[in-house]
Amino acid sequence: MLLLANLLTEPVGAAHYMVVGAVLFVCGVVCMATKRNTLGILMGVELVLNGANVNLIALGSPYLRTDSAHLGLDGQLMAMFVIVLAAAEAAVALAIVLNFYNNAGTVDVDRADQLKG
Amino acid sequence: MSAATLLPLLLCVAWLLPLVSFVVICVGYSLPQLAGRQVSYAASRWGGHIAISAIAGSFVLSWFALLFVWLPTHGYTAGDLAHTAGGLAQHNNPAPIYYAGDWYTLANFDGLRLTIGYYIDTLTLVMFAMVSLVSLLVHIYATGYMHDELDDVTDHEVAMSNGEYLHRRGRYHRFFQYLSLFSFSMLGLVIAGNLAMVFVFWELVGICSYFLIGFYFERPTASTAANKAFIVNRIGDFGFLVGLMALWSSLGTFHFGDTQAVDESRPGIFSQLRTAANDYALVVPESMQTEALRGSEGDGPRAGYWLLCVAGVGIFCGCIGKSAQFPLHVWLPDAMEGPTPVSALVHSATMVAAGVYLVGRAYPILTPEVLLVIAVVGCITLALAATIAMTAVDIKRVLAYSTISQLGYMMLSLGLGGWAAGLFHLITHAFFKGLLFMCSGSVIHAVHTNDIRLMGGLRHKMPITAYTMLVGCLAIIGAGIPMLSIGLSGYYSKDAIIEHAWSFTNSNPQWRYQLLLIVPLVGAVLTAFYMFRLWFMVFTGAPRDHHRYDHAHESPRSMTTPLIVLAILGVAIGWNFPFTDLSVTSLLEQATPIGTQATATGLLIADLTIPDEHLSHVDAIRIPAGLSAVAAALLGVLLAAAVYLWRWFDAEELKQAFRPAYSLLWHKWWFDEIYDWTLVKPTLFVGHVVAAFDRHVIDRAVHLLAALGRGLAAVVDRVFDKSLVDGSVDAMATGFWNFGKSLHHLQTGRLRSYIVFIVVGTLATFAVVSVLWKYAIAG
Repeated sequence: MLLLANLLTEPVGAAHYMVVGAVLFVCGVVCMATKRNTLGILMGVELVLNGANVNLIALGSPYLRTDSAHLGLDGQLMAMFVIVLAAAEAAVALAIVLNFYNNAGTVDVDRADQLKG
Repeated sequence: MSAATLLPLLLCVAWLLPLVSFVVICVGYSLPQLAGRQVSYAASRWGGHIAISAIAGSFVLSWFALLFVWLPTHGYTAGDLAHTAGGLAQHNNPAPIYYAGDWYTLANFDGLRLTIGYYIDTLTLVMFAMVSLVSLLVHIYATGYMHDELDDVTDHEVAMSNGEYLHRRGRYHRFFQYLSLFSFSMLGLVIAGNLAMVFVFWELVGICSYFLIGFYFERPTASTAANKAFIVNRIGDFGFLVGLMALWSSLGTFHFGDTQAVDESRPGIFSQLRTAANDYALVVPESMQTEALRGSEGDGPRAGYWLLCVAGVGIFCGCIGKSAQFPLHVWLPDAMEGPTPVSALVHSATMVAAGVYLVGRAYPILTPEVLLVIAVVGCITLALAATIAMTAVDIKRVLAYSTISQLGYMMLSLGLGGWAAGLFHLITHAFFKGLLFMCSGSVIHAVHTNDIRLMGGLRHKMPITAYTMLVGCLAIIGAGIPMLSIGLSGYYSKDAIIEHAWSFTNSNPQWRYQLLLIVPLVGAVLTAFYMFRLWFMVFTGAPRDHHRYDHAHESPRSMTTPLIVLAILGVAIGWNFPFTDLSVTSLLEQATPIGTQATATGLLIADLTIPDEHLSHVDAIRIPAGLSAVAAALLGVLLAAAVYLWRWFDAEELKQAFRPAYSLLWHKWWFDEIYDWTLVKPTLFVGHVVAAFDRHVIDRAVHLLAALGRGLAAVVDRVFDKSLVDGSVDAMATGFWNFGKSLHHLQTGRLRSYIVFIVVGTLATFAVVSVLWKYAIAG
């Protein structure tokens, strides 16, 4: 509670963005853990990745830092990589989902348990 | 090229040619046969041709070396040696001319050297000429005699378990392979420049003899005879080894003659024992005295003399075995199981004469005491064998005992100081005994039996064999005209031996030495008797077995030609070369070892005198000796004729009248039985006992030990392996298996639960790491 109280009184900085990123991340995780629909899980994945992206951008931004040191464009670059990888991942995952749908006639992940021990 | 380089070269090639033939036949015929490929009989015949060409080459080279290298260089009389040694008590012959050297050094132990070398004097050359000639004739003869081996053979003396006779392939080439090996070994024995090399070739001729006696090895008698010959010879060779050790340890060399090395001259055995400073008398050198005493106090010269006697008797032991002297004579009659060409070459002309040759070669090291031993052994042998020969009925055994008897004469002669006479008899005997054996082979070839009781009248069927054999018989009994000094070869050599015996008994008037003259004279009677008994029974009278008589025929030309050649030589080898003084005797006398002709007296037996060899040539000895020798021969022939030709006495009645004596002779003085009971049976008994001990004690102990080991292993297996090692490994495997099995429940296959696991796991890891960071790592 002390942390949140501080955030409300402080000027906007990296920490605020990181809270937003953390909220996004947790939303994504909860979405992945609860959805039975495969497409829903893929959406959760996007949320998790973009939660991370928010952090990267916030920590890489020179405007949000209090000290003179800065990371240049590293943060933005990493975010761009993540976006590209997310797109690729989404493409592969959608292909898998399509195949699964062709085989099983459903997109319910609970039905995809052939690999259980 | 000088004689010094040419002679060793010629004789070396003559020596090695038969080896080449042996290797070629071995590689070309015997090895493929071992590998299972059959050699055709046409090819087998070529094996014989190879062997004959090789021995013919040796023959040409040895005679060339003798006639065209030695004679032009050194002449044929021994320097100023006069044959009229009128009253020369201390007569020293000139040093013999010899060439000695080494071809190859096998080993060098700090000056003690073992080499392959040569010692060439006239004795070597004459032996080379004799051996190569007889060997060549035997090779040619064998092409006829062994003709049956060129086709599949049915051996009627070997009955199989199924009641049929043994049927086998012919072994023509193998026979010639062994003959070649034998010729090589015999020539090597003769050319050998040191005693070690002599011993090596001594054993090689022994093994050849073993192979050849056992040529028909499927016959039990032949394989037993081969074993007997080999084992009996081992006994003699043991003595030989003792003699070799005595000489090697005390003199430090085996070389006969002096050899000139690059940096030093190395004195041989002869010049160490007979130095110029001692006037070439046999004096025990310092090294031998110290060796004999071995640091202990004592009479040095006497001890050294004993050592020298041991060396001499030791070497003579080898000669007893090889030359079938009493008491090791028992192997030679049995050796007649071999094919007859072998009997002619190995067991009469050459190998058995090797013992006589060695005594002649090692003559300078023999003390008067050793010579007396040799003479006595020779004397016993000649009498013993001659008596047995009188009753033998196997044609080859008669000749075998005759060979033993004649070898006894040679030994007697050498032992009595008649060096040249003994070796001369060796040469003449080789020719006429080779002839006699080949004649007997011709007879056996014709009538297919060895038993002379089944023969008779064969001279009408096979005249060449009959009359050449008559020549041989006349030669062996020493037929001649004493006053004119004309006779067959045996006349000269046997006369010379009787003369030496006469001369010896003149020098040693004690009664016990008189026997050494009486026995050979009686032996001469017996010789004439058994030889003419043989000839009369085989060739005269009415045929006793008409079936065999009707099928008899003269042998092919390949067999009769060697007979004729040998008959001519048997007559003429004792003569001088026309219009010269060149004879075998004059050649041999060139090699007389220096100092050995001087009269010598014994040290241990003081009343023993070995007389000067030339004392026997005085008329007072020569004439009565010659007359009595011829009279003895004549008496023997007349006795034989009275019984077997004119039949004044019936042989069966005589047999009955002298039954005990006959029985003794018929059983060969019971020697085989005595040896069987005293030596063979006890040895076998000890062998059985030891074998039983082996089987019942040692084998049991070993088996018990093995059982104990196995028991221990079984316990270890149960207790240690099964429970501990296997248990621990199994427990580990089971543990991992169960662990894995229990983990498989975590794999639910549900994505959503995996995500929860990941998140919870990440959070837990984060919490743990941050706590650890604070307290364990950073703090």
